[in-house]
Amino acid sequence: MSGATLLALLPNATSLPWRDIPAWPASEFVQVTAAALARGARLCSWFAVPEESGDAVQLVAVLAFDADNTLAVGRSTPVRGSYPALTVLHPQAHLFEREVWETHGLTPEGHPWLKPVRASAGEAPANAPFFTVEGGEIHEVAVGPVHAGIIEPGHFRFQCAGEEVIHLEIALGYQHRGIERALAGGPHRRTLRQVETIAGDTTVAHATAYASVLEALGSGEAPLRGQWLRAIGLELERLANHTGDLGALAGDVAFIPTAAACGKLRGDFLNVTAALCGNRFGRGLVRPFAEGPDVSGALVQQVLGNLTRALADVEQAIAWLWDSASVRARFENVGTVHRAQAEEIGMVGPAARACGLVRDVRYDHPAGWHRFAQAPVAVWPGGDVFARARVRSLEIQRSGDFLREQLVAAPESGPADDSPASTGDTLAVALVEGWRGEVCHVAVTDAAGRFRRYKITDPSFHNWSGLALALRGNAISDFPICNKSFSLSYCGFDL
Amino acid sequence: MFVVDTLLHRLKRGCETMAYPDGPAPALPDRHGGALRVESARCAAGCDACIGVCPTEAITRVSGQSVALDLGRCVFCAACVTECPTGAITQTGDHRMAARRRQDLVLGAPNHAEVRLAGELDATLRRLFGRSLRLRQVSAGGCNACEADTNVLGTIGWDLGRFGIQFVASPRHADGLLITGPVSRNMQLALRKTWDAVPEPKIVIAVGACAVSGGLFADHPEVHPGAEAVLPVDLHIPGCPPHPLTILDGLLRLLGRLDERRLPPVAGRSERANGSLPDAV
Repeated sequence: MSGATLLALLPNATSLPWRDIPAWPASEFVQVTAAALARGARLCSWFAVPEESGDAVQLVAVLAFDADNTLAVGRSTPVRGSYPALTVLHPQAHLFEREVWETHGLTPEGHPWLKPVRASAGEAPANAPFFTVEGGEIHEVAVGPVHAGIIEPGHFRFQCAGEEVIHLEIALGYQHRGIERALAGGPHRRTLRQVETIAGDTTVAHATAYASVLEALGSGEAPLRGQWLRAIGLELERLANHTGDLGALAGDVAFIPTAAACGKLRGDFLNVTAALCGNRFGRGLVRPFAEGPDVSGALVQQVLGNLTRALADVEQAIAWLWDSASVRARFENVGTVHRAQAEEIGMVGPAARACGLVRDVRYDHPAGWHRFAQAPVAVWPGGDVFARARVRSLEIQRSGDFLREQLVAAPESGPADDSPASTGDTLAVALVEGWRGEVCHVAVTDAAGRFRRYKITDPSFHNWSGLALALRGNAISDFPICNKSFSLSYCGFDL
Repeated sequence: MFVVDTLLHRLKRGCETMAYPDGPAPALPDRHGGALRVESARCAAGCDACIGVCPTEAITRVSGQSVALDLGRCVFCAACVTECPTGAITQTGDHRMAARRRQDLVLGAPNHAEVRLAGELDATLRRLFGRSLRLRQVSAGGCNACEADTNVLGTIGWDLGRFGIQFVASPRHADGLLITGPVSRNMQLALRKTWDAVPEPKIVIAVGACAVSGGLFADHPEVHPGAEAVLPVDLHIPGCPPHPLTILDGLLRLLGRLDERRLPPVAGRSERANGSLPDAV
């Protein structure tokens, strides 16, 4: 229903002159955005662009009309102090508005839970007050930031009645490295390398989004072979992480055969990525305006051989998982997020598809190589741990099929654009379907073509609230499998 | 049916744990490149080609000397290798690069072309930890790549447990910390509390460019420039992230569990000068 919106429309991985983006006074802008969301759009990103002087900011909204395969942007005129919160009408804006308030001091009036997203209150982020449940039987459980196991830090505060979790609040920010702040005035020499570490397990997706933004700003394109290689790398990343997480889920319910096999197989997929670019996480695979590493026919054959073996092993290891009644019993009806909830909080990626929502950037907003080749979208109803695991296993099959088909369909090498300079006073957007879901990068340039503002939205930013909802009414002992079934990024959220 | 299938499959696969360190080390990916080597004799005076391309400012030059490449800051993008007109900076293909002292990672002095590899712990600590080392891992601004490639050492292929090394849930059960990430300001308190909870004697291992030096984020006010800014570090393992084999090599080296004479030769390393073999600390 994008036809009815007043926002400016643009396809994925393209740019628009800043002056062509319609602007309204903040309160009106909130209404326009709310109307578009009510018509079925999703909020991909919401952020503020500071004015060159003074403390006023312009709010920017990037929306996706999935069914219409189009994105939409709008902005507010400069605003300071406060404005009426969008969250009141559309909860999917709640973290974005907290973030703007924390970073720029602009208060969303009426926001129901205004507290920091990443900043410290005192010595650590989790010192801000938590939502508490009152009552004689109620007790509170605090977990983290340092968890058992080799995992990033975050704090989980459970309000429980006995075993049952009534409410979970997740406090992050421990991993904050100042990536977005450092991007202002960029790109710098180290920007691509930093972008590759936004979430280290999502290197290819974030690097692809960054390269697409630069290419849109420079009105250029990577040679087709480079776009092909990015699509290959993206699916390898998906395979490695989905395989690792299914193994970890099996481990959490003490189902050792799949846990042992998948732990090793995950490495086999990482090694395929390393065969292409030298790094198991795909560092150096994506280069803006360029083809990236040379991938010859012999290398493709070698990769295809290793991939085929690993895929056959994964298929077997996952078949054990689904064959086991004890595993199914532990996954079913645990950690359920209802479809309406997922829609309301704007969930993305496999977690959203496991609630029956058909949303996948590769399909809805194809850019790069996905304009020519797509994998079917994997969807499962139910919204529980079982559904999330099921979607992941379906995606393993489909990514495998996609790779087997596309690896042998490499386009010819072509001449590279000589990295044209970024256009000034322009906004560029790129969405990429990472393994956790939608990675969204937005750049706004100044008159000289440098980044005036660079906004990164990792899929985890949308989905952590989903994990919090999933825990309601569940036993606290099921937290590990719920958490693992989402497998969200801490550093991707904390930036 | 299902149980029989599983057992048969396991039988067919056999033992999947690698032979290393008794047998050959698994091959690094062809394009990995391994540790770098800086030959001062080849470094052209007045040239700063490599300095200009390094994303982490790992390469510096004091006027009149050859360049100094800090492998602790390096993210192994190899831009300097490509850029160097005289071939002074080369890839060795060697996975070994863990060092006990920070300065052992700074390459380029006339007698210091390669990393001075880590020596083992002193006799007391070796007696305590040599056959049983329990580590608490703390990610303090890590991007989950170092974490993932540390975690992988616990899988059946690497089987870290066979060396008596284990990652534990509680710092109270640990002999030391393995730190990833540059140490974000927001994690400083938690890291300090975790460190305080580990009983003496204890060690610290910094894994990855961020933990060793701050890496790509070294000058960000939101982070510290690496673990050593906060705690004493006993072992530095460079990489972005380090290959699991590099991490394992560092751990075994620290515990004195690697017998260099028994180890099969490492590819690309035959020319290594005797002078740069492990250095007692």
